[in-house]
Amino acid sequence: MCMNINFKHTQAAHCENGVTMNLLRNINVHQMTEPLAFGIGSGLFFIYVPLLKINNGPAIAFRTLPGQIFKRTCKSLNIPVIRKKFSSKKQAENFLKECLEAGHPVGCQVGVYYLPYFPKEYRFHFNAHNVIVFGKEADHYLISDPIMENVTTLTSYQLERVRFAKGALAPRGQIYYPREGKPITNELIKKAIKNGIKKNVSSMLYIPVPIVGIKGIRYTGNKIKKWRDKLGLHKAGLYLAQLVRMQEEIGTGGGGFRYIYAAFLQQAFAYHPVNELLEISKLFTQSGDLWRNAAVQAAGIYKGRISSQADFDMMGDYLLEISELEKHAFEALAKIKWQT
Amino acid sequence: MKKEDVPQDLSSLGKITREVCYATDNAGQYVTQLSQGWNVKINALDVAWQDIESRVAIAREKVLNNQASPLLFFMERGLMDIAILAGYTGFWKWQIKRHLKPSVFEKLSYKKLQRYAEVFNISMEGFKNMNVHEH
Repeated sequence: MCMNINFKHTQAAHCENGVTMNLLRNINVHQMTEPLAFGIGSGLFFIYVPLLKINNGPAIAFRTLPGQIFKRTCKSLNIPVIRKKFSSKKQAENFLKECLEAGHPVGCQVGVYYLPYFPKEYRFHFNAHNVIVFGKEADHYLISDPIMENVTTLTSYQLERVRFAKGALAPRGQIYYPREGKPITNELIKKAIKNGIKKNVSSMLYIPVPIVGIKGIRYTGNKIKKWRDKLGLHKAGLYLAQLVRMQEEIGTGGGGFRYIYAAFLQQAFAYHPVNELLEISKLFTQSGDLWRNAAVQAAGIYKGRISSQADFDMMGDYLLEISELEKHAFEALAKIKWQT
Repeated sequence: MKKEDVPQDLSSLGKITREVCYATDNAGQYVTQLSQGWNVKINALDVAWQDIESRVAIAREKVLNNQASPLLFFMERGLMDIAILAGYTGFWKWQIKRHLKPSVFEKLSYKKLQRYAEVFNISMEGFKNMNVHEH
């Protein structure tokens, strides 16, 4: 069997942005870029869930829940989405084959633990990775993994294994793709950008819980200052390493997605010529830079180069500063006078 | 971050693929720039693996001291917790908790052991003596 769909792979920083961009471009939403997908999908976020542990470390995220970026972006652009989960592996593969035969490249949620083309060091039980399947040659599915420079392949067994990975956020064979809709006008993109920004303003500023958004960043900063006494140097170092991995590891574009958001605001300016967008974009660049400086400080601690309470205070203060800066930036976004 | 400041410290991922980073050009416009890795990240990942290795070593000690069944060793080695192992083996979490006790593990049927061995990708012989030579 040979199924080949005319599909163009474009590499992205983040997997879900990349899948969203590539699937939408494939149905002729030629305007779609990674920053637009991220911004329209209101991807920027921060959350620290105190009691939950992931890989024995703190549960921290710099982006919205898995699946939301694709969902929101398609919804904002009035593009209908097909999404399915399966309990049977056989049905999951049959549906995939039907999609490919009908000419649809599809997004698949997968776990990375058994993903053979990833280096072993990166293969944790992380189940919210996303790839596109766009064809099949003999027993090999053609895979576009957005974080990879080039397309790759998986055998049907390998693909089944990662589609049915187990543990938190188990994919359960989840498959999704946008149904072809009307051509997307720039007017619609404009509206979607505005809505995406408004939603992101509210998720970062107005959710009345102390552990999310800019309040969550402040909360985490204050917690970090106590980590040295509470956890001991060794464990505090592990926690900081985990924070840095969530912030910088595969797919954030650097600076905990803040640079991608800054890029989004620049691209938004092309649709909404409001000067504030460019000014606020610079604030997010500053924020990304501060996150990177904080990561360097954290690395000093987990490498054992620095270890005093003053070093932890400085680490925490970075986050307090970032929290203020992002508060300012999102408040400025909230005040924008949109012309249309 | 400026485009020329995007770090290029070769990581194990960098040998397979470079990563997209967003950075600004001379005019302040955002562009994408490929990165081979960043030492700060490489070190963070190293720290995570050192922790895993020490957890595996502790598990091995516990098994040798008869404080836990070999299951604990293979679970830690596979970066799993009880919930993940339950997902892959189809056992209930409470069953796995019991199987972690050496006395209960001793009496496990061949069939049950096989379910674990398949998930850990080890031979049945390797199971009891923590032999990690995968087959």
